[in-house]
Amino acid sequence: MKINTSVFKHGLLAAAVCASVISAPAFAHRAWLLPQSTVLAGDEPMVTIDGAISNSIFIADYHALRSDSLEAHNNQGAQVELQNLHTGRFRTSFDLTLAEPGTYRIASASRGMTARWQNSDGSRGMFPGRGQPHNDAAISDAVPDDAENVQIGLMSRRIETFVTAGAPTQQTIAPTGEGLEMVFHTHPNDLFNGETAQFQLMIDGEPASAAEVILIKDGARYRNQQEETEFTTDSEGRFEVQWTEPGMYWLEASYQDERAPAPATSRRGSYAVTLEVLPE
Amino acid sequence: MRSVTTFAVIFAVLSSLVLLMSPAAQADTSLTVEVEIPRLSVAEYHRPYIAIWVSDPHQQRVSDIEVWYDTAMANQEGHKWLPDLRQWWRRSGRQLDLPVDGVSGATRAPGNHSISVRESALQALERGDYILHIEAAREVGGREHLRLPFSWPADAGLLQEQQGEHELGRVRLHAH
Repeated sequence: MKINTSVFKHGLLAAAVCASVISAPAFAHRAWLLPQSTVLAGDEPMVTIDGAISNSIFIADYHALRSDSLEAHNNQGAQVELQNLHTGRFRTSFDLTLAEPGTYRIASASRGMTARWQNSDGSRGMFPGRGQPHNDAAISDAVPDDAENVQIGLMSRRIETFVTAGAPTQQTIAPTGEGLEMVFHTHPNDLFNGETAQFQLMIDGEPASAAEVILIKDGARYRNQQEETEFTTDSEGRFEVQWTEPGMYWLEASYQDERAPAPATSRRGSYAVTLEVLPE
Repeated sequence: MRSVTTFAVIFAVLSSLVLLMSPAAQADTSLTVEVEIPRLSVAEYHRPYIAIWVSDPHQQRVSDIEVWYDTAMANQEGHKWLPDLRQWWRRSGRQLDLPVDGVSGATRAPGNHSISVRESALQALERGDYILHIEAAREVGGREHLRLPFSWPADAGLLQEQQGEHELGRVRLHAH
């Protein structure tokens, strides 16, 4: 199995992923939200969406995506109810009613500081604990005075996808200015095979240059190689993808720098989005 | 002699200007589209959704001619499958407030169907090159998209023809 090398390059990222709100004990696992349709029509159409963390893209065989930070918003920015929400062993699933025309964003996002250290007895400590929410105000008190090798990082994480009723709209897909996120110069629900899409990664509202991106198409179970495509963003955080095959794609980006507010010394972001590319 | 030449040149320029500026000058030319819906022997048959529309050479929609779908279902349930007409949905359908008068129509049975392109759609055409699209999608079936290029104004003898292989039979565009 090919392991995402970009994760290994940054040991801290692995630690941060472990400690993030979505509990993902093994960092090679991939988090995703999978809509059964992305292009919808009719009177208040409904769509069903799965969320999971797994090795194989879009095969729910490891752990359900936690639903507590999961939100859906319509094009007016209003939060939309996750209907028939169910979290099983392997996946979380829910339905959305697209009562208003336009593009909906479904996302799980978190941002906050993560501390790791070594206690005087040699054991390791971390804050927040596994599965716990961020609490930046409490982080200094959480680290013992005699702790060694203290590393505090500002970690952001976003997992998202988009669905559209009728014509795609721009309002919901705009970046929030927090964490690692994507500016869609090509609309995420208007991707077609044979065309080139323009994307731009931002970290806390600024272009994320030299971010590492991997792209994997669904159906990896039925081929021998992952066939992942790698990209690195330019100085403006931009990269482009030329689609050569229609299908459902999982795109993940990771970014790190040392420009973090104290007491953090590093800033890391991870971003994952599910994109559907339609045949011409 | 010179005045005759000058007059001829002016006349030529004027007449081409008239042709360039006034698409209505060709209003006496009309277009007919013939669409064959093949009879299929399948266990579960539903009549196909079909969109017929005109784009420019860059696939940008110019006008819709016909869209056949389940117009009679309650709560516009029939709209749900319109995105299966993928190209039409992208280029036109998703921007429309359906149903559209003179465009939306019920699905049709297998056989040959002849459609006269209505005057208002022809009046939208300026001089240039176009593509007539015929796109079909069938519930629990397949999808097929045929394209017939033409220039406007069309010569009276224009005849474009293609043979579909799956969801469409022979499709023709002719001017008269």
